[in-house]
Amino acid sequence: MPAEHFPVLLAVVPLVAAPLIVVARSGFLGWAIAFAVAAATAAMSASLLARVTVEGTISYAIGSWPPPWGIEYRVDAANALVALLVSAMALVAMPYARRSVTAEIGQERQYLFYALLMLCLSGLLGIALTGDAFNLFVFLEISSLATYVLIALGRDRRALTAAYQYLILGTTGATLYIIGVGMLYLATGTLNFADMAARLDGVADTRPLVVGLAFITAGIGLKLALFPLHAWLPNAYTYAPSVVSAFLAATATKVSLYVLMRVYFSVFGADAVFRDLPIGPVLAVLSVAALFVASAAAIVQKDLKRLLAFSSVGQIGYITLGISLGSATGLAAAMAHVVNHGITKGALFLLAGAMALRLGGTGFDRLAGLGRTMPVAAFAFVLGGLSLIGVPGTAGFASKWALVAAAMGAGQWWIVAAVLLSSLLAVAYVWRFVECAYFREPPAGAPSPGEAPWEMTAPALAMTAAVVALGLHATPVLDAATRAAAALMGAGR
Amino acid sequence: MSFLGHFSYWATVFVMMTGLYIVISRGNLVKKLVGLGIFQTSVYLLYVAPGKLIGGTAAIVTPGITLYSNPLPHVLILTAIVVGVATLALGLALVVRIREAYGTVDEDELLAADAKDD
Amino acid sequence: MKSDIILRVVAKILIPFALMFALYVQFHGDYGPGGGFQAGVVIAAAVVFYAVIFGLAAARRAVPEPVVESMVALGVLVYAGVGIAGLLLGGNFLDYFVLDPDPVHGQHRGIFWVEAGVGITVSGVMLKIFYIFAGRGRDFEEDS
Repeated sequence: MPAEHFPVLLAVVPLVAAPLIVVARSGFLGWAIAFAVAAATAAMSASLLARVTVEGTISYAIGSWPPPWGIEYRVDAANALVALLVSAMALVAMPYARRSVTAEIGQERQYLFYALLMLCLSGLLGIALTGDAFNLFVFLEISSLATYVLIALGRDRRALTAAYQYLILGTTGATLYIIGVGMLYLATGTLNFADMAARLDGVADTRPLVVGLAFITAGIGLKLALFPLHAWLPNAYTYAPSVVSAFLAATATKVSLYVLMRVYFSVFGADAVFRDLPIGPVLAVLSVAALFVASAAAIVQKDLKRLLAFSSVGQIGYITLGISLGSATGLAAAMAHVVNHGITKGALFLLAGAMALRLGGTGFDRLAGLGRTMPVAAFAFVLGGLSLIGVPGTAGFASKWALVAAAMGAGQWWIVAAVLLSSLLAVAYVWRFVECAYFREPPAGAPSPGEAPWEMTAPALAMTAAVVALGLHATPVLDAATRAAAALMGAGR
Repeated sequence: MSFLGHFSYWATVFVMMTGLYIVISRGNLVKKLVGLGIFQTSVYLLYVAPGKLIGGTAAIVTPGITLYSNPLPHVLILTAIVVGVATLALGLALVVRIREAYGTVDEDELLAADAKDD
Repeated sequence: MKSDIILRVVAKILIPFALMFALYVQFHGDYGPGGGFQAGVVIAAAVVFYAVIFGLAAARRAVPEPVVESMVALGVLVYAGVGIAGLLLGGNFLDYFVLDPDPVHGQHRGIFWVEAGVGITVSGVMLKIFYIFAGRGRDFEEDS
């Protein structure tokens, strides 16, 4: 019985876990339930990914109402991969969360923290798996509302203003998305993505649909922090609790990127978006601006988490650059970078959280001499940093190389140049950390902190190991990304 | 079609721009939320107005009636309204916390206070 | 305001009717306008009315905060429980057809419990929001 219901159970199990945790009213029970749920979702999405690879698209009708009348959950090689990324990140974050959350959040609020994390997980998985435009909006808001609160739980009072700013911009983004969906609904009379795609075939360049596409691009662009709509991201990631930063950096923007791919390639189709409309060049210019401006901004930050946040904006630029090529290879490169960058950033934020636990913060003045006081964490961080640069042997290289190859295939040499030049900026910001950790003396009189507890170090190291492993043996991710791209481009047309 | 034929869209656009303008131009965090609420309201109008057929009735099959309004937009917007309420409540809760932590709800003063923290 | 006899008497008369009307809206939702959202808000409004007249502390005694918080969770569990019942009876998630041998009856049964869950959660959430905002920063004054 259960296997056929995995598509919906992925979203429902965390959704049920949240109220159960609220009823349990205990931080420890909340953590235990959340851990079990994260493990269950990771197992289910792995099995789904294996199944869609063999069997192709799985359609699941909620309430047994056949699509397009009922809400359909539609799993293919693309969203199964995204779901696996999200749930695997949740699973890795859970053992880490116990110590980190105890250190950062008051005892009486911990159970609410885990309940919110479950709601966020449910929302993100729901976005990934649903095949219905309005259902996607509802899950988008579930995950966003949970995210705002999770960010506001940070210790610094600036977490509150960061959460407020994200709330304003995130709600604006979601509202723009729903306006766009409204346009599509008025024009096609359906909310089901696959059905919409069939009805849009050949008429996608009429004005209401173009306006709808523009609204959706702007709205999802806000949620995925497309430059210059990224203003909410740096503060949100900097002041959120460590676990939340790591989980969101690896998943939230990635899920929004998936939505953009779904709308562009599955609903409208690559031809309508990239041949008939000038979206490709616009997206490419914004992405290249993100590569340079955000990476340059990262270099001058005084705080490690903030540096990573700006680096995220830049790295998202690589992904949108892959999308802007409008080709199957570009899309595959983008999908591979979604996975590889998600894993890399997750690892780096987990390590930054471990440093914050021992040092009381991640300002560069505190990190001096880290190579001696926390050698393991510092070394792992450098490995992750190499992946941000795209050094061969790390995950970041594999997907960046795929992107460069796709750009060359399309004859877009300026994109190749931009990718290579912007990598130099990544060298500069990663070097900031290296210089601080290895070439500076620890602050005089400061107590030697030592490594973070193993519950926190082990997940972070596991992620770092994954970064290296996927760099040395990149084929699984690249293959999965190629299949995902084929599914995105083939679905419904 | 005539200007009047698109009346509901003009109203929608007006409400939408009013809300967005308030969000952008006001420095007071509570007023920003008011603007956000108005912005979201325009979406309710965008969905519900085209769903209504003039002379149409509720979509319950009744003998002798052939013209029904589309019930789906109403259901969707009921959900959107609930989402809007949740967002508003959360936004106000954050404003209360910000006020307690900073002693102000004005954006410029908050930025000044944050600049001093760095 | 509890010193004002008119308000007190009117409130005591109106609140039971408000709650009764909420139940009507809740259970008539199958056949006419209404349902869990609306009923939940009316229930919450009745309690808010009580709190405005008799004070927050009195309302908290009548509807304690832990009850409100568990209502929030309970409603979602009822809703999801209907969905999972559909799964266990061999249908898809939120499949009402399998809830009863007669599919039409099954639809009635499903929507009844789903709306019950919605009503419980909405009234819980509304009251929780009200308690939090109303009680913020003045737990110590008021009501002696």
